[in-house]
Amino acid sequence: MTDRARVWVMGLSFVPLAAFLIWGISGLNAFGFYPGPYGDIINAIGDWQRHAWNMATAVNFDYRGFDTMGEEYIMFVSVVGVALILRERELEDKSSRTTLAESERADGVGVLSFVLLPIVVVFGIYMALHGPNTPGGGFQGGAIVGTAFLFAYLGSGHKAFAAIGKTEVVEPLEALGALAYVGIGLVALFLGDEFLTNYLPLGTAGNLWSGGTIWAINIAVLLEIGTGFLLATGEFLKEIQPPE
Amino acid sequence: MILYLPYAVAVWVFLIGLYGLVTTRNFIHAVLCLSVMQSSTYILLLSIGFRRHAGAPIWSQTTPPGSPSVDPVMHALSLTDIVVGATVMALLLAMTMQVHRKTNSVDPRRARSLQG
Repeated sequence: MTDRARVWVMGLSFVPLAAFLIWGISGLNAFGFYPGPYGDIINAIGDWQRHAWNMATAVNFDYRGFDTMGEEYIMFVSVVGVALILRERELEDKSSRTTLAESERADGVGVLSFVLLPIVVVFGIYMALHGPNTPGGGFQGGAIVGTAFLFAYLGSGHKAFAAIGKTEVVEPLEALGALAYVGIGLVALFLGDEFLTNYLPLGTAGNLWSGGTIWAINIAVLLEIGTGFLLATGEFLKEIQPPE
Repeated sequence: MILYLPYAVAVWVFLIGLYGLVTTRNFIHAVLCLSVMQSSTYILLLSIGFRRHAGAPIWSQTTPPGSPSVDPVMHALSLTDIVVGATVMALLLAMTMQVHRKTNSVDPRRARSLQG
């Protein structure tokens, strides 16, 4: 198809598509007038039923916990897919690989990176631990922890990053994170309840320990997402590895 | 009319991303256009759950449980949406590298098997 024909087909189909979408949104409630009832029910019962103060986390890791398990496995499968596709290069001859010479780094960049790396990792863990109470949770904390290790690459290059993100260590940890989510859910079955029932002591709302399994699942997701990001960024960084 | 503007913004972001996807000449650009299209779903979800003069569905000492709040279900869905978007982007960018390795190009027009 030529470029001109492509634009014409697009232009012709855009008009009905836009009309269809506008017809669709015209049936929604006016902005700012959410009618309920699901959100209002969660807001009303979340505190006394689950002792959690962040309702979005309570929905994700408890009321809708089964869906979030699927979400975690989407991440898992995606990381496996990235590794499978990119590792194919190891079978090829190395002359076709893009190489980029390791550039000199200013001392200030190196020092600042190694100061920031532990701080950002601790901040990510804090985000996950306080998921039931404040904005945050396992996914957000995991994304922060997983990408914090890019500071090692920024500060001193491939070797430092490879030393931290050793695949032999990170891969089992990722699998453990994925397993822990199902494991926490399965314990409920052995206790005679339904899958992913909140069976842990609920603690006090607003404290670090609150929400029962919400808290535990946040840790599992932190592990899975953090190591997943570390693996995926590591695979992409290997693409521009300097020649040995 | 002004009360439907946020939804219209979502439609506009969706269509502008689709326009970029149709006319793209670079796979990386295409992946980013897909990400723009997906951003429209965040706008739509959060707009549906919004409520006037209401805070975030997160309780604290100053906003005790039961304070006026927007819909937490939409926030949870947006989070799922963002995670799925990130994973899809990672996978598509890896595929882009594979295409570049095989054909030495990132132009969708040159990828024979993708020609329509």
